[in-house]
Amino acid sequence: MIRIFSILAGLAFTLVLALSFIDEAVMTAKDGLPHTVEAQFHKHPKELSLSTSGAFGHFDRQQLQRGFAVYQNVCQGCHALKYVAFRDLKALGYSDAEVKAIAKNAQVPAYNAATGEVKTHPGLATDHFPPVVYGGKGNPPDLSLITKARHGGAAYVYSLLTGYEAVPANLPKDARPADGLYYNPYFANLNIAMPAPLTGEGQVTYSDGTKATVDQMAQDVAAFLEWTAEPKLDKRKQTGWPVLGFLLFATVLAYMAKRTVWADQH
Amino acid sequence: MSHDAGTAAPDGQATDGVRRRDFINIAAVSAAGVGGVAALVPLISQMAPSADVLAESSTEIDISAIQPGQAIKAVFRKQPVFIRNLTAKEIAEAEAVSLSDLRDPQSLKDRTKEGKTNWLITMGVCTHLGCVPLGAGEGEVRGDFGGYFCPCHGSTYDTAARIRKGPAPKNLEVPEYAFTSDTIVKIG
Amino acid sequence: MSFPWAKEYKPSHPAMQWLDEKLPLPRFVYNAIGAGYPVPRNLNYFWNFGILAGFCLVIQIITGVILAMHYAANASVAFESTEHIMRDVNWGWLMRYMHANGASAFFVVVYTHIFRGFYFSSYKAPREMVWLLGVTIFLLMMATAFMGYVLPWGQMSFWGAKVITGLFGAIPLVGESLQIWLLGGFAPDNAALNRFFALHFLLPFVILGVVILHIWALHIPGSSNPTGVEVKEESDTLPFHPYYTAKDGFGLGLFLLFYFGVVFFLPNTLGHPDNYIPANPMQTPAHIVPEWYFWPFYAILRAFTFDFILPAKLWGVLAMFMAILVWFLLPWLDKSPVRSGNYRPLFRKFFYVLVLDVLVLGYCGGSPAAEPYLMVSQIAAIYYFLHFFVILPIVSSIERPDPLPSSITEAVLGHDEAAASKA
Repeated sequence: MIRIFSILAGLAFTLVLALSFIDEAVMTAKDGLPHTVEAQFHKHPKELSLSTSGAFGHFDRQQLQRGFAVYQNVCQGCHALKYVAFRDLKALGYSDAEVKAIAKNAQVPAYNAATGEVKTHPGLATDHFPPVVYGGKGNPPDLSLITKARHGGAAYVYSLLTGYEAVPANLPKDARPADGLYYNPYFANLNIAMPAPLTGEGQVTYSDGTKATVDQMAQDVAAFLEWTAEPKLDKRKQTGWPVLGFLLFATVLAYMAKRTVWADQH
Repeated sequence: MSHDAGTAAPDGQATDGVRRRDFINIAAVSAAGVGGVAALVPLISQMAPSADVLAESSTEIDISAIQPGQAIKAVFRKQPVFIRNLTAKEIAEAEAVSLSDLRDPQSLKDRTKEGKTNWLITMGVCTHLGCVPLGAGEGEVRGDFGGYFCPCHGSTYDTAARIRKGPAPKNLEVPEYAFTSDTIVKIG
Repeated sequence: MSFPWAKEYKPSHPAMQWLDEKLPLPRFVYNAIGAGYPVPRNLNYFWNFGILAGFCLVIQIITGVILAMHYAANASVAFESTEHIMRDVNWGWLMRYMHANGASAFFVVVYTHIFRGFYFSSYKAPREMVWLLGVTIFLLMMATAFMGYVLPWGQMSFWGAKVITGLFGAIPLVGESLQIWLLGGFAPDNAALNRFFALHFLLPFVILGVVILHIWALHIPGSSNPTGVEVKEESDTLPFHPYYTAKDGFGLGLFLLFYFGVVFFLPNTLGHPDNYIPANPMQTPAHIVPEWYFWPFYAILRAFTFDFILPAKLWGVLAMFMAILVWFLLPWLDKSPVRSGNYRPLFRKFFYVLVLDVLVLGYCGGSPAAEPYLMVSQIAAIYYFLHFFVILPIVSSIERPDPLPSSITEAVLGHDEAAASKA
């Protein structure tokens, strides 16, 4: 009984699927495979090798400090960093006093519950980076998690920052950037509201003397943003090796124990 | 846990075999045990204060605006702290009290820093059952001894925030603090 | 019920004797997983996956309760509280990565466990109840995982919730009211998030209860084995302890190596970057996809594009549910007197096609709902339904199985001879 109903139900689903397939096949034969302009012109992120790459990766504090300098001088005007607290910057190698000074430079909002008023005051180390008041076109995303929120991670950020190009001649008219948009093939929609933020060498003065080329600044800020997205990356990989090492050792022991227990059965 | 090998090996070898087998089994189980104990570390540690809570374990407060006779209520480790600028009269009153009259004997000197006896910094938590005493805010009742008064059960503190009347067993707690400058005090 | 030759529990230590007299827990453990529980001697490593699944459940519960100590289930702070866990809570990043990847590990293990069941017909009499409870556990797992994924309140959390709860709207007559009742509103918002948190906390303990019933039901007839021939004599079995405790220990070690390899070095590989963007009801992600373990069913859902009596959307919903519910009927659909795929050559071929088919469906489910993936998923879905609903009942009736060994002992001795001649 069950089998009869089962066969009937199975055939019913199969029928509708077959009809759906035929329908789709006819449409595809007519229209061809979906072909978007984005798919044709979009570029995958360039290769970026950072100190954090690979199983033994770790942060390069000097680079993180340079990247932070780029963020402060170039990005901070439009992009917030709300999940990072000033005290977290100690991980970059700054002292307590330096962190305090960085925090004090920022204006942090405070909400007075009694009066309902929002004022700003100089930040403390315990405060988070304040929200950014941005009045221009587009919606600059918060950068705290950007390298985890995009395919390609830090490599994507690096490619985007160094990827601004002239509009290709064969780009279809309706895909060309409108007013206030800029062509960047590393961006999913090809046209991004952010103008190239890194315009030329020396835009930021690095305190450690490194030459601030566009490529260097892009790498440094990408590395910095990798840190903001996951400050515990160092600790994660450092803890991973002893754990896996121990597990390998314990599993070998477990295997030997299993073999000895089963010795008389083989 | 040991079982017969069922082989026709001479006794000595069989015992050795058993000992070797047991050793491996014990080693494997011990490794698992070590792993289990090590796994406990993060499980227990995660309940300890997180980084953001620890960051607030010390607070800096600007006291430049507090006039003699005034006090402010600030927050330290999510609890109220009273910072009072004692007047000369209040200091004299506090020093005039004999220690034997006190439930929790402490002099004003014990409760303030050298050269800054006018700065009385205490927790705003009644040592009876934890209510916030009155007296720090403008116009609040200060009780019979001119210090603080707890409305919950009537504990009354004097100008040095010492318990004088009512059920509280101890003086208002003086937290660890230091003057990082004449106008900034760091508590905790 | 156990086998007549099962060892009897004889506590030697006086403390154990005392405990066993007052509350027979030691005896219970001994008879369930100790030396007092005979198990077929020929189980292969596919039989490790049940205990591994139980271990995954324990990992999820422990890390889950810990996460619940730090997570805030309110739409305005949920995403932030998750970041608080990742950044500020001691070892919070480890707990979160273990929990997120633990769900994936749980599904890898359970799918292997289920496919073992398909191949060796573990669902056949007398173990039908074990199977029914098992499929129930799987459904509960899917509900739990779905709600858990909503909790971080990222873009995929929100839009995944929107799509799946939107499916209920496809049910005729009551659909829309049901959807609004489920959500506590017109779209996923605080009401939905809060109740999902409460239910996500509750369901794993319900799963635990059903797992206990599942194991209890299994221990009535005892485990099946790769030959599918039932246990007949003492030489067919071995006591669970130490043989299978040792084997499970080794299997666990291997599993933990893979699991922690992923947790420490590839913690975001199985996830979707869009879930690191806070939920925005005003902006849909480019491609809405659920977690990988839902992909085959998602492909089936989207494969139905043609209105035929019923709207295509409703067909998709019905098919997606029936794709799992049909598993409940397997004990009665598969009429073959032979259990194990090892002795069913025709069935075996279709089984391998099924494995391939499910992988193809999974790949399509994670891809955009456009050509060529749509057409491929339609073909793959056709095979899936034919396999369970049509092929299985027919093949099990008409196929000619290979001759079975007369007993487990015979099967094992045969292998032993082969090993001896190789040595």
